[in-house]
Amino acid sequence: MISELEKYKTADTSKVSTWYKAAEVSAIPENGGACIKYNDLQIAIFNFSRRNEWYACQNLCPHKMQMILSRGMIGSSEGEPKVACPFHKKTFSLKTGKNINGDTCDIATYPIKIEEGFVYVGFE
Amino acid sequence: MVGYKFCEKLRAKTTEEHIDITVFGEEPWPAYDRVHLSAYFSGSTAKDLMMAPRSWYEENNIDLHTNELIVQINREDKQVITHTGVDYTYDKLIIATGSGAFVPPINGVDKKGVFVYRTLEDLDAILDYSKKAKSAAVIGGGLLGLEAAKAVLDMNLAAHVVEFAPRLMPRQLDEAGSSILQGKLEALGINILLSKNTQKITGNGKLTGLEFTDGSKLETDMLIISAGIKPRDELAAECGLATAARGGVIVNEFLQTEDPDIYAIGEAASYKEMVYGLVAPGYEMASQVVNQIVNDEVKPFMGFDMSTKLKLIGVDVASFGDPFGQIEPTIPIVYENKNSGIYKRINISTDGKRLVGGILVGEASAYNMLLQMTQNKMPLPPEPEDLILGARGGKEAAGAGVENLPDEAQICSCENVTKGDICKIITEDGVSKVDEIKACTKAGTGCGGCMPMVNDLLKYQLKAMGRAVKNVLCEHFEYSRQELLDIVKIKKIKTFDSLLDEVGQGDGCETCKPAVASILSSTWNELITEQDTIQDTNDRFLANIQRGGTYSVVPRIPGGEITPEKLIVIGEVAKKYKLYTKITGGQRIDMFGARVDLLPDIWEELINAGFESGHAYGKSLRTVKSCVGSTWCRYGVQDSVSFAIQVEERYRGLRSPHKLKGAVSGCIRECAEAQSKDFGIIATEKGWNLYICGNGGSKPQHALLLINDVDTETCLKFIDRFLMFYIRTAEPLTRTATWLNKLEGGLDYVRDVVVNDSLGIGEELEREMQFMIDTYSCEWKDVVNNPALRAKFKHFVNADVEDPSLKWTDMRGQKIPAAW
Repeated sequence: MISELEKYKTADTSKVSTWYKAAEVSAIPENGGACIKYNDLQIAIFNFSRRNEWYACQNLCPHKMQMILSRGMIGSSEGEPKVACPFHKKTFSLKTGKNINGDTCDIATYPIKIEEGFVYVGFE
Repeated sequence: MVGYKFCEKLRAKTTEEHIDITVFGEEPWPAYDRVHLSAYFSGSTAKDLMMAPRSWYEENNIDLHTNELIVQINREDKQVITHTGVDYTYDKLIIATGSGAFVPPINGVDKKGVFVYRTLEDLDAILDYSKKAKSAAVIGGGLLGLEAAKAVLDMNLAAHVVEFAPRLMPRQLDEAGSSILQGKLEALGINILLSKNTQKITGNGKLTGLEFTDGSKLETDMLIISAGIKPRDELAAECGLATAARGGVIVNEFLQTEDPDIYAIGEAASYKEMVYGLVAPGYEMASQVVNQIVNDEVKPFMGFDMSTKLKLIGVDVASFGDPFGQIEPTIPIVYENKNSGIYKRINISTDGKRLVGGILVGEASAYNMLLQMTQNKMPLPPEPEDLILGARGGKEAAGAGVENLPDEAQICSCENVTKGDICKIITEDGVSKVDEIKACTKAGTGCGGCMPMVNDLLKYQLKAMGRAVKNVLCEHFEYSRQELLDIVKIKKIKTFDSLLDEVGQGDGCETCKPAVASILSSTWNELITEQDTIQDTNDRFLANIQRGGTYSVVPRIPGGEITPEKLIVIGEVAKKYKLYTKITGGQRIDMFGARVDLLPDIWEELINAGFESGHAYGKSLRTVKSCVGSTWCRYGVQDSVSFAIQVEERYRGLRSPHKLKGAVSGCIRECAEAQSKDFGIIATEKGWNLYICGNGGSKPQHALLLINDVDTETCLKFIDRFLMFYIRTAEPLTRTATWLNKLEGGLDYVRDVVVNDSLGIGEELEREMQFMIDTYSCEWKDVVNNPALRAKFKHFVNADVEDPSLKWTDMRGQKIPAAW
């Protein structure tokens, strides 16, 4: 399972080599998330419409290695956008991937952009 | 663990510019949590047990060498030499080599199937061998041995514990305490053999059993030796440092060995002929060595209190101060209840003024307070037995006593944090949240046992400073749940976003979203699918999430009554979709392992057969359990099944601060266990007795009689009022028992409001409930018939494939998710 976790590496916008056309904007619920498949990766996409922001991160919660984060509730903690894992409510920053309420290891985040009604996720 | 803690504490005080840290470990992993080793058998992974991931060492510029054994210390040149022959120089050397398993010299310990219980590699070997075994014996009935016995149970093997002494945990428990613990463990299926001296391990190459000096024998497929520890002092001994006769590198009160540049900490060290085999003293040693290295104030290590509280195989066991009352003359006060498996003993000084020590088995919630009283020599109450029996005849104040503790009282023993430390950051640094206290002081980050005290201390200190301790929902709403509910009603607010715009701030979070969702449902009763992303996952997907990320499905079976035809439908559906089935505690059938994309199909079949949602996923009415009642039962005095169905259908789908459970019993024999429910009804010759606010769960509480001998109509009226009053006034995620305990005036007040209508809101409450009943509709019916809602039940939005990470194994002929 550790190897599963190591598949996910935070991608830097300036180093993106592929912008993957993931889904129509309407496929992602407002103020919520959905999961997309990219090769053998599972990426959670969040439409944070209240802040007019989009985020992408690994769907895998590193706490108990569950493919679940896209079904988590999103929100903010002192302004920092976050997602809460549905299993044990570990929260991760959607910006940096850091675990906010504990010592679970960080999650990988990915660049995301919206063009002509489609969501694109960037990979290095 | 202690070595890691040393690194953590040193890096908290210095950077790599000042001090380089190099760590060597012979095992392939970075430091891991040995205290919770047995969790490895119940699903934790090696990674879960790590104190910190490798990345932590990198981020903190600590050079970590795993799989690298130090074989020699060259004190003259200040060098250590690894097994590959590489040498490294040091300025200061810290020996934190811990301990290995102590293996008694028994004839045959080298046979196959004999293991020690110490490292992750040992555990892997045990797990591997257990596949071929049916039973396992553990030598050692102390703390470590019982941990190993838990692992044996978790591997589903028959467990035997063999102890040399005449009692279990001989260092912590007396005879009576041990006997209570033994009873509890035997009830779990562990065979316990005391006063057994193992003479020989029998078997030809592979062990088959044990022979004891009294001539008796035990057959077993495996043996785990967990009888004590042996400090790893060989490296120190070899370079000429003095070691103690019973093991351990001899250190002075500054944790220095004979060589002032070499320290020894944790289980590898021996201070005054004593090896401290607990985490807390090890951490304290680490701390004091760090202080010396960075020239901070050093507290000499003068020995350490070995009081301990732990959960052994689900049983609370604690021992503190002088548990046996032998160090000075004492008078014991003992409470022993063989029926419920509780033993409590406190030893008080002969003048009756001080607590000297004691033992708790089966129930140890008083441990923190008792330990504080012992350590701080606090005066005893006039009737010291109150300490273990609770104040009888009066109401016990929550957190009684934190205010009486002196500032030097140690609150967190793992991290050595005192009351003064915590109060200081509250008063001087303006800290007002438990998480901040944890972050600033590290209190509660070890075993977590002190968290209730930290909480009480925070509340007490804030109150003392005159700061209102208001139960606000979270950082996004400066209101309590009750206030928000009033706002929602008065302003007629129907969505989370508009409430946040009107009276909140920020973007919401996982605390306020489901709380507001519940308020909106309890007020407007609109379908929760309309605001699905403010619901917790269970309410968003209208099913209960389970390990692996699949869901379980529970159709409503009102009162637990079901026709054979409907039973067959459940069987057919479960078979078709390959679901694991189990009977629930609420008299219905749970089908597990449903993929999120199959939920609508499954429910379509169930709804077509006449089922509806059981709301097992919601903080809402679950079930109304019933016994078979007067229609069949020769004792029954009323038709409890019909009434249970009527009640369940009346309140189905009702959202509330927490889940609600009810029951109806047909006579005083109470087979439906109504007195353990949020509302329980028991038939009498004249009508019904109505009980309220009973709960199971972690703190079980019996329901209390609200009113007796009422007719059906009156009974329903009072339940309407009671439930609505609870929904209006409870904090989020507070069940009725806790709500009642916190309510000023308690049951008498509730009776005044509900029965005597003292607030004049009786009819209003009934009207609100009638609205809920009239507007009920089945959420799943709505989803099944709505293609747009059905489309939301998908794992991938961009691919029509199932989640490839789902993994299953087989147990007793059904599937279960692979362990996490």
